[in-house]
Amino acid sequence: MTFTVPIDNGDSVRIAEEESQRTLYPYVTGTSIVAIKYKDGVLMASDMGGSYGSTLRYKNIERVKAIGKHSLLGASGEISDFQEILRYLDELTLNDNMWDDGNSLGPKEIHNYLTRVMYNRRNKLNPLWNTLVLGGVKNGKSYLGMVSMIGVSFEDDHVATGFGNHLARPILRDEWHADLSFEDGVKLLEKCMRVLLYRDRSAINKLQIAKITEEGVTVSQPYSLKTFWEFSSFHNPTAGAEGSW
Amino acid sequence: MFRNQYDTDVTTWSPTGRLFQVEYAMEAVKQGSAAIGLRSRSHVVLACVNKAQSELSSHQRKIFKVDDHIGVAIAGLTADGRVLSRYMRSESINHSFTYESPLPVGRLVVHLADKAQVCTQRSWKRPYGVGLLVGGLDESGAHLYYNCPSGNYFEYQAFAIGSRSQAAKTYLERKFESFQESSKEDLIKDAIMAIRETLQGETLKSSLCTVSVLGVDEPFHFLDQESIQKVIDTFEKVPEEEEDAGGDEAEPEAAPGTAGTGVQGGSGDQDVAPMEI
Repeated sequence: MTFTVPIDNGDSVRIAEEESQRTLYPYVTGTSIVAIKYKDGVLMASDMGGSYGSTLRYKNIERVKAIGKHSLLGASGEISDFQEILRYLDELTLNDNMWDDGNSLGPKEIHNYLTRVMYNRRNKLNPLWNTLVLGGVKNGKSYLGMVSMIGVSFEDDHVATGFGNHLARPILRDEWHADLSFEDGVKLLEKCMRVLLYRDRSAINKLQIAKITEEGVTVSQPYSLKTFWEFSSFHNPTAGAEGSW
Repeated sequence: MFRNQYDTDVTTWSPTGRLFQVEYAMEAVKQGSAAIGLRSRSHVVLACVNKAQSELSSHQRKIFKVDDHIGVAIAGLTADGRVLSRYMRSESINHSFTYESPLPVGRLVVHLADKAQVCTQRSWKRPYGVGLLVGGLDESGAHLYYNCPSGNYFEYQAFAIGSRSQAAKTYLERKFESFQESSKEDLIKDAIMAIRETLQGETLKSSLCTVSVLGVDEPFHFLDQESIQKVIDTFEKVPEEEEDAGGDEAEPEAAPGTAGTGVQGGSGDQDVAPMEI
């Protein structure tokens, strides 16, 4: 809200705008994250793009990071807010390690901490503009959950953010089952990511798949998916509606 | 301990490097009635002696549930104990709310100790006059800690605090090596027997003691009088029990019959301030 206040000499002075102090729109954004539970833990896939509106400006952004010993955090939405969240979690895990007492924060605890943070920011009308995916394994139990920018949070066997909600979820609902092997899990994720690549304009063909098991976290090197553009309907896409594009 | 010129302020050191006010606070713990704690790999038992101010009044509560997985028994200034219990409950519930996960007892105990230490280093405060036996769970199993007014804390297999706790400690020292692998029932029995030691000859009845248990798959709860009496009956085979039984049922809360009144509190009772139970 801005205010204009009249002062003695007849001029008006604008009091400092509060709007610039709270998040109104995202600027550099990451697109979908897709994650599933599998036999040994959790698999999470994301591409490495950072869009600046409709421009695909950054092509080397890691949107999945390891948290502590037991968790993986993936984020879509505003990249700077994701970096801020990583800083919060850094402090949290640092203090947890300093206790040095055999107890450690597992994925469930981190998920709930993030839910509290996101919801409290939303209440102050100053959200962190992200949808977060938190996966992990502790004491043999796998955990996978999601938190949105307004603090909605839940756990599930498979999750997807952004466009993934619309394009990946139906695939996962049909084809996910418990105790997927690593190879089958990766194949399933690649299938989802390929559809997103074809249909989401902010997706790029450079993705990483991260895996978390009881042993720890591995993030793959970036790689590309094979795509096929020779479908007959791609040859003459406006055949049914001449003049359109 | 005698009065000296360095004992007025908690912020005054003595030439021999002692803080007398803190030591006096620890004396207050010794005046309270006995509290006992024992633990095995998976369970913690806290027990205490129910001492009432007079025949007319009921006894003060000395064992508090902090959370499903943490309990605390106090000895000394009960008022201070209640305040600290409230603090512990608050810390525990805030942690549960933020992390959906129980606060590890080891971390709670450190918060408590740090809080007590503050009072030993401010001229406008006084140390808490209460000793706390904190029993609880964390990722590595069951633990028992003792928190001092000095701000120190120690982990124990078994411990006793309060008046005539030395007798209980002697009993526990004989048996503690078996506690780690004990069953819950054996642990409870040992706790009640240790309580008996502090009574110095007074007949042990379930109305005289409070017992609480918590374990890895068992939330904190108190044992009811019946269960306690059943355990007592397994080792107290005194014939007088039957004569008193009739009278006791009529007045369970009042100081137990003829045996109680004179013996209640024992030596040094005249010096015990009314606020210390």
